[in-house]
Amino acid sequence: MCLAIPAQVCELLADDRARVRVGDVLKTVNIALVPQVRLGEFVIIHVGYALERLDPLAAEQTLALLHEASDLQPRRAESANDPNGQERTDEIH
Amino acid sequence: MKYIEEFRDAALARTLAQAIGQAVEPGRTYRLMEFCGGHTHAIYRYGLPGLLPKAIKMLHGPGCPVCVLPIARVDQAIELAGRPGVILCSYGDMLRVPGSDRRTLLQAKAEGADVRMLYSIDDAVTLARQLPQRAIIFFAIGFETTTPATALAILRAQKLGLSNFFVFCNHLLTPAALDALLADSPNPGSWIDGFIGPAHVSTVIGTAAYQQVARRYRKPIVIAGFEPLDLLQAILMLVRQLNSQRCAVENQYHRVVRPNGNRLAQDYMAQVFCLRASFAWRGLGTIAASALALRPAFASFDAERHFPLAERPSREHPGCACPAVLRGQLDPAACQLFAVACTPANPLGACMVSAEGACAAVYAYGRQPLREAL
Amino acid sequence: MKTSQPVAAGHPERIELVHGGGGRASAQLIERMFIRAFDNPMLQQKNDQARFDVPTRRLVMTTDAHVVSPLFFPGGDIGSLAVHGTLNDIAMAGAEPLYLAVSFILEEGILLRDLQRIVASMARASEAAGVPIVTGDTKVVERGKADGVFITTSAIGSVPNGVDLSADRAQPGDQILLSGTIGDHGVAILSARDSLGFTSPIRSDSAALHDLVKQMVRQVPTIRCMRDPTRGGLATALNEICQQSGVGMLIDEQAVAIAPAVQSACELLGLDPYYLANEGKLIAICPAAQADRLLAQMRAHPLGQGASRIGVVTTDPQAMVELQTALGGIRLLDWLNGDPLPRIC
Repeated sequence: MCLAIPAQVCELLADDRARVRVGDVLKTVNIALVPQVRLGEFVIIHVGYALERLDPLAAEQTLALLHEASDLQPRRAESANDPNGQERTDEIH
Repeated sequence: MKYIEEFRDAALARTLAQAIGQAVEPGRTYRLMEFCGGHTHAIYRYGLPGLLPKAIKMLHGPGCPVCVLPIARVDQAIELAGRPGVILCSYGDMLRVPGSDRRTLLQAKAEGADVRMLYSIDDAVTLARQLPQRAIIFFAIGFETTTPATALAILRAQKLGLSNFFVFCNHLLTPAALDALLADSPNPGSWIDGFIGPAHVSTVIGTAAYQQVARRYRKPIVIAGFEPLDLLQAILMLVRQLNSQRCAVENQYHRVVRPNGNRLAQDYMAQVFCLRASFAWRGLGTIAASALALRPAFASFDAERHFPLAERPSREHPGCACPAVLRGQLDPAACQLFAVACTPANPLGACMVSAEGACAAVYAYGRQPLREAL
Repeated sequence: MKTSQPVAAGHPERIELVHGGGGRASAQLIERMFIRAFDNPMLQQKNDQARFDVPTRRLVMTTDAHVVSPLFFPGGDIGSLAVHGTLNDIAMAGAEPLYLAVSFILEEGILLRDLQRIVASMARASEAAGVPIVTGDTKVVERGKADGVFITTSAIGSVPNGVDLSADRAQPGDQILLSGTIGDHGVAILSARDSLGFTSPIRSDSAALHDLVKQMVRQVPTIRCMRDPTRGGLATALNEICQQSGVGMLIDEQAVAIAPAVQSACELLGLDPYYLANEGKLIAICPAAQADRLLAQMRAHPLGQGASRIGVVTTDPQAMVELQTALGGIRLLDWLNGDPLPRIC
C-alpha cells in the first residue's frame, strides 16, 4: 500500500543487486525477486527491492485504450493474452 | 519519468472523467471503496473527488498498515528501542505514530534511544554486519508488498551468519482484511458496491487471491495502478460492471500485476513466515489468520523471542470513530474529534496517524468545502 | 580576499579545546583562519565590536543559527548557506544588507582543513554579495557536543523609502510570483546523506537574493511582501502569509516549476517537493496591476530567470491555501505536520 515506482535497470551488479534509474536519479536496489531481469527493462521498486518487471507492451495497450476513450466510440474488442483465463482485462468502451 | 507521467495526462483525465459521467445511470449512486491507503492518498493528492460525478462516492478502506497497527505494538517497539545496546531501525512512516502515553519513536530518540530511519530493511542487515556489538532490530510493518523484502533480509542475515539482526514482525495479509471487513456485519458489505484493489499488494499475491471475495460477497473488484489515469479507468470499469450486474475481478494494472503474482516472492514469504492464529488489528478487532510471524527455523532473528515483551492492552480514545471510518461506514468529517481534537499533528486514532489514513488524507487535502474545479 | 593561511607542518590538524580558550592558540586561529579570510578594515581593528555610522533610513536586523548536516553538500556548505540565508532574511524586507556578524561553535576534533573550506566559502559568499563580515566570535565545545560546526549569522540592512514589505499585507486579488524551481536544496541535502542511498545531479540552489530584490523593489515599490521558502518549503511559506494576512490563496500546480531530477527523487522516496527547503528562491505578493512588470523584471535577472506567476490571493476566512492540480481538481495545500520523512505507503 505502497509506494512503488517504475525504474529502468541500467547496470547489473554482484550479489543480486542492480543500479536503476528514475529520470536522472540513480539508486542501487535488490533484484532477488526478479532474477531474470535484463538491462534496459523497467522494474517496480519498493523499499529498495524490485518487486516485478513492468511489461511495456501492456503499458502501451493501456495507454492506447485511454487515448481511444477520448474518441468516446463504443467498441467491443478482445483483451490481451491471459494464460490463466480466469479474468480478462476489460476494454473501457 | 517513464511509465509515470503518461498516466498523469490531464487531458486524458478529463475525458475519462467525462466518460464516467456518461456511464453512470441516472439516479444511481456508486459506492466504491479503495482498499489501499496509497490509493486514498493518490485520490486526494490529484483532486479526483472534484473531477468525478456526484454519483460516485469514494469510501476509504483499512489498507493502511500504519493505521491498523495496534498501539500496543508501537509501545513494544518503543520499549525495544530503550533496551541497552539496541538500535531500533524503522521506515519513516512509523516514527511519529504515538503509543499509549502519546510518546513516539522520535521522542524516544530525543530521550536517548538509538532510533534510526531507514529506507530499506536491507540497510539494517548491512548495519548489523558493521556493528556486531549492537543489536539491530528492524520494526517491520506492511502488507504483502513489503513482506518479501523482510523475508529476503532475514535470509541474507542467515547467509551472513549474523547473530545480532532481529525483526519485530508486524506484517499483515490483505485478503483476510478484506474478508473481515465484509464478514463482520449482519448484511455483509451492504454499504459498499465495489472495490478498487491494491496495486502493489496484487503485484505480489496476484489477482486470483480476490476471486473468493468477489464471488462470496458478489462485489466487483478492479485492481488499479497508482496513477490518476489508472484510478479513473478502474472507476469506469467498476461502473460498467455494476451497470451490467457483474462481479468479476478485473486487472486494470496489467502492465505490472500478473494473475499469479510474483511466485518467487510468495515462495520466499512462505519459507520465512507462518500465520499467527489471530492478530488484533487496530480499529477492525481481532482477525484470524491475518498476520505473519517468523517460522521457528528463523527464531534467532525473531525480536519477540529474543527480547521478552510484556503483553499490553491497547486503549483507544473515547469518541474515536476509527472502527467505522476504517470500514468506510463513516466519513472522517463526521467524527466528532476530527480536526478539533484529532489532527495530523496530534493524532488520536488510527486513521489520523499516517499520511494515507482516511482522516489524515481528508484533513490534509480536503477538510473544508473546496471551490468547484475551474 | 586572502585565503586563510594553510596549516603549517607540526601544527595541529584538528580543532582542540584550547582553540576556544581565549589564549594564544585562540588568537592565532582567529587571525589566521578568520580575519585573513574575511579581511576588511573593521575586522582588522580587532575590537570586540564593529563601529559604523547609521544610515538615516529604517533599519532591519536578523539572526540565524545553522546546524545543517552534512556540512558539505552539492552546491554549497554550511558556510555559504549561512551567509546566503541571513542576507536573504534581510532582503525579504526589501532591504539592502550592510554588515554581517558570524559566530562559530566548533566541535573538538573537527579537521582544520574542513573549517578552512567552510570559512573560504563564507568569504567568497560575503565578497560576491558585497557585504563584509565585520565582527565575530568562536567557541570550542567537547567532542560530541556539536555536529562538527554550528554557525550563527546576524546582519543589519537598510530599507529604501517607500518600501513596506510585510507578511500581513497580502490582499485578495494580489498575484503570487515565484522566482524559480522548488525542492532543489532539500533534495541536494538528502542526496548527501548516506542513509537514503541515491545519487542525483541536483545541486542546492543556495544563493544571495538581495540584488534581485533590489531590482524588484525599484521596479515595483508597492510589492506587499516577500518570503524565501526555506524550512517547510513553499507550502509552509504560503500558509504563513495567509495566516498573517487573514487571506486564502489559490495556487496553480502547473505553474510551479520542479526540476525533473527533484521530481524523480521525491517519487522514489515518497516526499512532497512542496515541503522541501529552498535556499535561493523567493515568493513575492504583488498588486495585480503591477504583476506583469514585476515578473518581467525578475526574469531579466540571473536568479529569477525561471520566475512564474503561480497563483492569486483570495478571500477566505479559514486562511487556507488551495491547489488546483494539473488534472483540474482542487485540494488543500496544508501546513506541514512534522519533518518530511520518506514513506513506504
